[in-house]
Amino acid sequence: MSASAIVSILFDGLAYAMVLFIISVGLSITMGLMGFVNLAHGAFAMAGGYLVVSLTKSLGVPFLPALIIAAVVVGAASIPFERLLYSRLYKATELDQVLLTIGLAFMAIASYTYFYGPAPLTVPLPSFLTGQIDIGVRTVPAYRAFTIVVGAVLIALLWYGFERTNIGAKIRAAVDNRRMAQSVGINVDRLFTLTFALGSGLAAFGGGLAIQTFGLTPSFAVLYLVFFLIIVSVGGLGSLKGTLVASVLLGVFDIGGKYLYSDAGGFFIYVLTVLVLLIKPAGLYGRE
Amino acid sequence: MAANETPTVTAPVTSTAAPSARARAMEFIVKRHYLRPWEALPWVLVIAAYFIFPDRMTFGTQVLIGIMFALSLDLVLGYAGIVTLGHALFFGIGAYTVALLTARWNWGEPISSMLVAIVLSAAAGFASGWFLLRYRNLTLLMLTLAAAILVQEAGNYRSDITGGYDGVPGMEIWKLFGVFENDLYGRTYYVYVGVLLFVVWFVLRRIVYSPFGAALTGIRENVRRMHAIGSPVHLRLVTAYTIAAGIAGMAGALFAQSTAYTTLGVFDFDNSAKVMVMLILGGTGRLYGAFIGATVYLVLEDNLSKMSPTFWQFGIGLLLVLTVLFARRGLLGVIEDALKLFGRRSKS
Repeated sequence: MSASAIVSILFDGLAYAMVLFIISVGLSITMGLMGFVNLAHGAFAMAGGYLVVSLTKSLGVPFLPALIIAAVVVGAASIPFERLLYSRLYKATELDQVLLTIGLAFMAIASYTYFYGPAPLTVPLPSFLTGQIDIGVRTVPAYRAFTIVVGAVLIALLWYGFERTNIGAKIRAAVDNRRMAQSVGINVDRLFTLTFALGSGLAAFGGGLAIQTFGLTPSFAVLYLVFFLIIVSVGGLGSLKGTLVASVLLGVFDIGGKYLYSDAGGFFIYVLTVLVLLIKPAGLYGRE
Repeated sequence: MAANETPTVTAPVTSTAAPSARARAMEFIVKRHYLRPWEALPWVLVIAAYFIFPDRMTFGTQVLIGIMFALSLDLVLGYAGIVTLGHALFFGIGAYTVALLTARWNWGEPISSMLVAIVLSAAAGFASGWFLLRYRNLTLLMLTLAAAILVQEAGNYRSDITGGYDGVPGMEIWKLFGVFENDLYGRTYYVYVGVLLFVVWFVLRRIVYSPFGAALTGIRENVRRMHAIGSPVHLRLVTAYTIAAGIAGMAGALFAQSTAYTTLGVFDFDNSAKVMVMLILGGTGRLYGAFIGATVYLVLEDNLSKMSPTFWQFGIGLLLVLTVLFARRGLLGVIEDALKLFGRRSKS
C-alpha cells in the first residue's frame, strides 16, 4: 500500500469521523445522563439536513448560516419532545424507550417523505467548498478539509464547555453520579433538557454537514442510526473523549475497509464493535 | 420477631378472607396451565380463514409465519426479558439455509431442509447467546444488533454464494411429502404452516408453564434474586435463546419455502424491529399477543401500504408511541381491561 493511499484513507476517514462525532456526541451525553436509549436521534439529524436544504434552496440563505440556524431551530424544537414524551419514560425499561423512539423515528421518516419526497436531495455549496484545495503536501477535496476544520472547532468548544465551565462541571457530575449530583442541589432534569436540546442541535448541524457525504433521504433517520449507536456504545456513555476516539476509529476503519477490500464493505467495523464490547462492555471510556 | 408474630395477630381478623384468598391462589397455581375454552379461538379463526378467504392463502401463510416469528420473540423478550434488536439474525439463517440448500446443492425437500434450518439457527442462537447473554442493557442491545448486521455483511461479502441483495436465484422447492404441490393460491402451504404453528404453540405453551418457564419469568422480574436462590441464570437464558432461535429459524425457513425467494434484506434491522413491533402491539409475555399482534400488523400493512406506504409508516409509528404511553400491555391488555370493566358493570 502506497503512502498516498494511507494519507487519503486517514484524511477521508477523519472527515467522515468528524461528521459522525458531531451527530453522535449529543446522543452519548444524553444517554450517559439519563440512560435513555434514544433511537430517534437520527431523526433530529435528518430534520436538520432538510431544514438546511429548505433554507438554502427556497430562502437563499448561504450554507454556513443555514447550518447554524438549523442547529438552533432543531435544538429548540426538540425541547417539547423531551418534556412531553421522553421525560415520561426516564424510569421505564430500555424496551419502552426503544419502542417510543422507534415510533417517533418512523413518524419522522413518514412526515419527511410526505413533504420532501423519497428522492435524495442535495444542497448548493458556496464556491470555496467545492473543488480541491492545496494544503501544502498535496491537494485535497475542499469540503472534506472544511468538515475536519469545523469538527476540530466544535471539539475545542465542547471540550472547553465540558471541562472549564460551571454547566459542564454539572453535566460531568450528573453523568458520574446522578443521585449525588441531585443531592448537592443540581437540577438534573433541567440539565438534561438543556443537554438534550444541545445534542439535538448538534445532530441537526451534523445532519446538514452530512448531506454532501452521506446524501439526504428520509431514511437517513435510521440508516445511519446503527453507526451512531455503535459509536456511543464503543466510546462509552457520556464520554466526550470516548465518542471522539470511537468516531475516528470507526471512520478510518470504515473508509479504509471500503478502499482496500471494497467487497467486505462495512464488515470490519462490526467485527471491531463486537470485539470491543465483548472485552469492554461499558465501552472504551465508559464506567463499568 | 415481629414478622413471625404477625400471622397469629392478624389471623382472627382475616380469618374470613384468608382461606378464600389462599384457596384462590392455590387454584391459580394448580390450574394456571389448564387449557381454557377461549384458547381454541385463534385456531378456530385460523381454520375459518381457510374457508372464508380461499384466494388469499398466500397472504394468510405470511401471517402464520409472522405469528410464529413473533412467538419465538415472545419467549426471549416477553418471558425471559431479553431485549434483542437482532432477532432477524435467526430468521435470516433459517431462510438462507433453505435457500442455499435448494439453489446450490439442489436439495429442495421442504421438511428435511427445514429441520436443517432449525438446527443451524438454534446452533447460532446457542453460540451467540453464550457470549452475548452475559451482558445487559445497552451493551446487549448493541451486540445483538451488531451480530445480525455482521452476518448480513458477511453474506454481502460472499454475494457470489448468497446472491446479495438481489436474492438467491432459482429456488426450486419440491412437493411436500413428494405429493402436495403448492397451488397458485398457496393453500397447501397455509395448511402446512398452520399445522407447524400449532406444534410450535403447543411446545412453547408447555415450556412457559414448566418450572423452566417460571424460572425465566423470575429472571425477567428480578435477576438478582434468581442468582441468590441459586438458579443457573446464564444457562437458562441461553437455553431460552437457543429455543427461540430455532423457532425463528423455522419461521425463516418456511418463509423462504413459501415465497421461493430470499434476499439479504431478511437480516435487516427493519425485520428485527418489525417483529418486535408486532409482539408489542399484541402484548408480551402471554403467547397470544403474538397471534393478535402479527395478524393486526400484517393485515393493516397489507391494506394501508397499498393505499399509501407513507401513511402506513406514520400510522405504525403513532400506534407504537400510543401503545408505549397508554397501553403498555398491548392490544390483549386493552381487551382484558375492557372485559374487566364490563364484568364489573354487570356485577354492580
